[in-house]
Amino acid sequence: MAIVNLQNVTYKYPLTDVPVLQNINLQVEEGEFVAVIGPNGAGKSTLCYTLAGFAPHFFKGELTGIVEVAGVESHNSILSEWVLNVGLAFQNPFNQISGAKYTVFEELAFGLENIGIPRDEMIARVEGAMKLTGISDLADRSPYSLSGGQQQRVALASILVMQPRVLVLDEPTSQMDPIGTREVFGVIHSMAESGMTVILVEHKMEWIAQFADRVIALKDGEILMNGDPSEVLTSPLLPSNGFGTSRYTSVARRAQELGLWNEGKLPITLDEAVRGFNSSLTKEEIPDARAK
Amino acid sequence: MKIEIKDLYFTYPTGVEALRGISLTVESGEQVAIVGQNGAGKTTLVKHLNGLLLPTRGQVKIGGWDTTKYPVAKLASRVGYVFQNPDEQLFSRNVGMEVAFGPKNLGFDAERVEALVNDALVLTQLADKTETNPYDLSATWRKMVALASILSMDTDILIFDEPTTGQDAVNVARIAHVIAELRKRGKTVITITHDIDFCAENFERVIAMSQGKILLDGRTNDVLGREEILASTYVDPPQLTRLGKRLGFKNTVRNQEEFLNALKK
Repeated sequence: MAIVNLQNVTYKYPLTDVPVLQNINLQVEEGEFVAVIGPNGAGKSTLCYTLAGFAPHFFKGELTGIVEVAGVESHNSILSEWVLNVGLAFQNPFNQISGAKYTVFEELAFGLENIGIPRDEMIARVEGAMKLTGISDLADRSPYSLSGGQQQRVALASILVMQPRVLVLDEPTSQMDPIGTREVFGVIHSMAESGMTVILVEHKMEWIAQFADRVIALKDGEILMNGDPSEVLTSPLLPSNGFGTSRYTSVARRAQELGLWNEGKLPITLDEAVRGFNSSLTKEEIPDARAK
Repeated sequence: MKIEIKDLYFTYPTGVEALRGISLTVESGEQVAIVGQNGAGKTTLVKHLNGLLLPTRGQVKIGGWDTTKYPVAKLASRVGYVFQNPDEQLFSRNVGMEVAFGPKNLGFDAERVEALVNDALVLTQLADKTETNPYDLSATWRKMVALASILSMDTDILIFDEPTTGQDAVNVARIAHVIAELRKRGKTVITITHDIDFCAENFERVIAMSQGKILLDGRTNDVLGREEILASTYVDPPQLTRLGKRLGFKNTVRNQEEFLNALKK
């Protein structure tokens, strides 16, 4: 059974007339790694808020349809119960930091204190999450004194300590350098491997292509595509709808137009691009070789 | 307007030595990208260009002005700085007022202010949003407001700190368009970026920094081809550069056009 189940979900923020999400139908299996892509304003963050229960429980507004996680319906739940199943790392980590704690260590323990985890276990979980996200050396720093990339690691760690069944991440690496991005994708990947369900909003196509089991393309609050990464990320619908694609896909598409790409499928990763171009080049050379 | 940096060292009050002997010259009208891992000193370096930070040792000159001898308010007429996080610089009631604040503050007359504001709003595609409160806009558009509010100051030098973070493909293209237009106008643009593909496609010169020093400084293709040195500051070459290498191209390619030309050979 799907751990996440959205049926005909439409959501409007308070004081607005236009729904930000429209008729969303989405099922996610336990342990699946789903990436959500879309232009700015497509409703990606709102989808995250809906999954995390903030819409409508915190933001209010009007939600119709069914939002179900782990068999519990959002309408029938309260936020304090909901957060036991779903953890959300915000797009802007600054908005997530509690402001009530002086150190990173205490910040990570904040959520655990609130759900009454015993002290020993709290310490073990906090230390584990810090190690995993590479912030052990920041334990005694104020969360506000950190760089954007470091704050994003803290935001991620503060969700991991809660050990949610569903991890929702809204552009978790937007302020990180390439090494930080690689490390965090490593952490997310290992979470998914360990059986956690991951729903990730991300613009970095190269990473999605490598790790996601499935890609949802969101546009103007509706699901435009929902499927296998190699199908969705190479679809001609993406560029025509303002979605980014990896350079591997876009250069192969252009090469295809010029007759320089002869493979059926467009590539989404470096390895696929290398294989495809190499085999296109060989195919081209075969007639020449015979002529000689 | 020339930027001259000589043997620049900077140590933060905490004792962290963030810059350790930077020397570099940027000629008028150059478009330069600065890359390197977090903590390499990129932001510390560019904060010296408008006097937000002053050298612990060494010298920074902007069009001949030594930054230690001119106040930030004065340097602001020569160097515009767009922060990474737009929310750190936006404060006005509406977009029009926000974009007019800088040029007004520089003492330009009303006519010039109006012309500059209009130009900046058109360039950033904000012309239909002048009456909107910046905080009613999405993060994408707030970024463009921050950009417009610096463009309108008509400085010879512009600094962009991570202009593409969190932006979608459409807005990255918009920002690239602004940079191309600034190049045409002869403005100097210095951009800090982790987006190495964006860097490759929009800049002619790249500086790679690591641990407070310059590792590489040169033409984009030359710098981005030095895979091993870049790896020491955790920068991966652009996607198409890597693909070109794997396919055995002799020359470093950095964009689609160069890649396809090399492929045809």
